[in-house]
Formats: sequence, C-alpha cells, structure tokens
Amino acid sequence: MSEAPPITLYRLQACPFCERVVRVLDEYDLDYRSRFVEPLHSRRNAVKRVSGKRTVPAIADENTGVTMTESANIVEYLHATYGGEA
Amino acid sequence: MELEFDVVDLPEATHVEVGETAPDFTRPLVNDEYWEDASLSALTDDGPVLLVAHTMNGAFPATYTWNEVRDRDWGERFDVQVVGISVSDPYAHKRLIEERGIDNPLFSDPAAGVAAEYGIEHDLDGMAGVTEFRPAVFLVDADRTVRYAWTAQEWPDFPDYDDVEAALEAL
Repeated sequence: MSEAPPITLYRLQACPFCERVVRVLDEYDLDYRSRFVEPLHSRRNAVKRVSGKRTVPAIADENTGVTMTESANIVEYLHATYGGEA
Repeated sequence: MELEFDVVDLPEATHVEVGETAPDFTRPLVNDEYWEDASLSALTDDGPVLLVAHTMNGAFPATYTWNEVRDRDWGERFDVQVVGISVSDPYAHKRLIEERGIDNPLFSDPAAGVAAEYGIEHDLDGMAGVTEFRPAVFLVDADRTVRYAWTAQEWPDFPDYDDVEAALEAL
C-alpha cells in the first residue's frame, strides 16, 4: 500500500481490549491501520510473525520499531511515547 | 436425453466502459491472514489491477470463477494484481481463500456500494434486501483507466477467460 500509516493495530471484532487501545490511538490522533484477524488463535499467524504471540491486540509501530502485545502494556507505551507533557 | 436449461437474460446495465476512469473505492481487502481497508487507487499505484466481481461466495459461480482464475495464475504471468470483489463478508472471503487455495486478495462490499458505482449491481436471484454484483471483469491500468471490461449479460454467465488473457497480454 502506498503511504501506509506507521502504526499497525492487529485487532478482533468486538474485543474490548482492542477498543481500549483504539481509544488511546484516537486520543492522540495517531494515524494507524487496522488489520482484523479471526477469533480462532490458530488463524492468527500474521500476528505471531509480528509479535511472537497470537494474542490481540498487538501493535507494530514503525516510528519506534516497537512491537507489543497486551492492551495494558500497549496503552502504557502509547502514553509514554505520544503523551508528551500533560 | 435433452436437458432443458433456460438461461436468464439480464437487463441492460450501464457499466464503466473501456477508456473511462475506474471509480476509486475503499473496502476491507481480505487475504489469507487478515483484512484491512484498502483503496483501488493504492493498488493501481503499484501497477495494473484486474478486478474480478462475482456473486456471493458459496455457490458454484464464485467457486468456478476462482478455480479458473487461480489456475491461470495471471498475477505470476503478467504485470497485474488480480483481486476479487463480492458482497460476502471478510470471514466468508477467508474461507473461500483457504478452501480454494487462492493467492489473491478479495474485497468485501456487503452493501454493494461499489457495484452501484460501477453500474453492475443486480438483484440476481431475488433474495429480499440483497443486492449483488453482476459477474464482471475490469482491467484497470496504473492510471486507473479501464483497458478491458466485461459484464454478464445472462445468469449464470462466466468471463471469457481467453479474452481477459488477451487483454493482459496487450498491457
């Protein structure tokens, strides 16, 4: 894709932990793309290649080279990286 | 024994023609692992695109079309990205890709808005509330100009794959 956003979010439909990450991405007005995977863990090889795990949410941030899983970790990372001065 | 087989004629459709600019659109584009929103123009930025529109996954028209397109391997043999589009949802597209061993991504357009843009929407089988894509093939070059266009005139109907291939050779 041309001009792909630097942040990729791997997510599921109706996944509250994913929505939690989305809220923070939106809060900081960050440009990201959503890649939707399926509920079945065995169908999530794309996520595993990126993050080493099959859990979602997972993000890959080309700005920093960081890939990360677990919504609490991701939220903390986003605040620390993009939160700036309060 | 002679088998009676009536083919249904489809009404005239005013579809996107050769030489016109293919309308841009953005829809979830499904591959064997995930889907994400993608635009036609983002694909044509990388080169020509063959857009294969078919009826919803599950019945023989979609299956036969993809068996043939898969076996012809146009993406490998020509400078073209082959992509499908139907009203089937992303989960159904993933199933079709897996079951048929398709190497091409498929756009999901459940509300058939792209079908309307291209003038190929049709109520093929009279299911209430369902608008479908009329089977159609558009070869779109890097400028998004349509170089080849085919739409079904009867139902069922299948692309003339040799004609498509001739158009690909002429790119």
